[in-house]
Amino acid sequence: MPYVLSVSPDFTPKHIAGWYVFNTWLQRQTELAFHLELYDSFSQQREAIAEDKIDLIYANPYDAAMLVREKGFVALAAPLSKADETIIACHQQAPIENIEALQQGLKIVTTDDPDVHLMGMMMLEPADLNANNTDIQQMDSYVLVAKQLLQHNADIGFFLKDAYYDLSHLIRNELKVLMTSEIFIIRHILLAGPKLQPYHQQLQSLLMNMQHDSKGADVLKAMGLTGWEQQTQEDTEFMIDLMDTL
Amino acid sequence: MKLNYYDGTDRVVTIIDQEIPFPDGRLIVSRTDTKGVLTHYNQSFIDMSGYSNEELMGQNHYILRHPDMPRAAFKDLWDTVQQGNKWHGYVKNLRKDGSYYWVYAVVIPNIRKGKIVGYTSVRRKPSRKKINEIIPLYAQMLAKEGESLCPTF
Repeated sequence: MPYVLSVSPDFTPKHIAGWYVFNTWLQRQTELAFHLELYDSFSQQREAIAEDKIDLIYANPYDAAMLVREKGFVALAAPLSKADETIIACHQQAPIENIEALQQGLKIVTTDDPDVHLMGMMMLEPADLNANNTDIQQMDSYVLVAKQLLQHNADIGFFLKDAYYDLSHLIRNELKVLMTSEIFIIRHILLAGPKLQPYHQQLQSLLMNMQHDSKGADVLKAMGLTGWEQQTQEDTEFMIDLMDTL
Repeated sequence: MKLNYYDGTDRVVTIIDQEIPFPDGRLIVSRTDTKGVLTHYNQSFIDMSGYSNEELMGQNHYILRHPDMPRAAFKDLWDTVQQGNKWHGYVKNLRKDGSYYWVYAVVIPNIRKGKIVGYTSVRRKPSRKKINEIIPLYAQMLAKEGESLCPTF
C-alpha cells in the first residue's frame, strides 16, 4: 500500500500539476511509494484524516491543531517566506471605501478555506460585523467568489491573497481591494503522520536540500514555492496557539 | 505620572492624550514567560509600542500598561490564564512616548506537556463602538479602585 500524500484543497489550480510532480520526485528520492490524493473540499479531506487515510499532508494552519494533537502528526517543514494572507474585495464600482463603513446585513461571499474565512471575519470586527449580523454564502472556489461580486450578488468577498492575484487581469480590473491582511505568521505546513515516523528525518533532510538541487528547484517552482524551511515542534505548537486566539 | 508595579518597581511616565490608530489588517503578537517577561514579539508589537527591539526584550509586559486601565481587568486576565483558560477583552495600551492605542486582546496559556510554560497575547483592531462603551466602564472601575499597586500585563 502506498503512503498517501494530500494537499490542502485551497492550493491554486495552476499548481495542481506541480503537486503531482512533487509526488513523483518524492518517490524517486525516498524509494517509497506515494499516492497523491486531492480532495474537492476541506470537509472531504477531514473525513479522510479522521479515517487515517492520509500520511503526508500540506495542511491549512486551521487543521494543524487537529492533525498534531488528535492524530499524532509531526511538522516536517513550512514553505519558505510564504504566509497565508487574506484580501477583502468588492466590486470596482461599489460605494465602499473602507471596512468601518460596512453595515449590518452585509452580503459576504467566501469559500470553505478555513484560515482565510477566519482572517476575513476578524478584519470585519472593527465594523461590529460578525456571523450573526451578516449574510454569508459559501462558494466552491475563489473564481466563483469573484463571479458573485461581478454580478452584484454580494457586497464583499474573502480571497486567499495568492488566489486573488491568480485571477485574470480582466476580473481583477472589475474588483477593488478593500483590505489585505499583513499577519505574516499564518502559513501552511507539511505534516507527516505516525506511519511515516521512521522516515521523518530522511524526509526533512530531502526537503531542506530541495531548493539547492536543480531538479528539486524546478519541482518547487511548479508548486509555486521557493523552498522549505524547518518547522520545529515548538513553531507548530506556537502556530496552533495563535490560531486558537483568532 | 508615577506608575507602581506589582513587583515593587516604579517608573515615571508622561501621559499624552493622543490615540494612535491600530493598523488595518495586522495582528500584534507577543509571548511572555509565566512571570509576564517578554520572550517573543512581532514587528507590529514593536511598531505600536514605540520602543526598539533592544529596549523591549526581557522587559515585563507591564511597560505597556496605561494608567487608565483598571486593575480588575488585569486581575481577571491573570486569574483566567493561570487556570489554563483563554481571556479576551479591550485594552488601552501605553506607548513609549505617552500616547496610547486600543486593542482587542486575546491571551492564551502556552500549555506544553500539560504545564503552562508562558502566555501568548494576540491583539487586533477593536470596534470603536465597543471601545466607546468600555471607556466609561473602565473609568468607573478605576475610580472605585483608587490608588494602589498596579498588576502586570
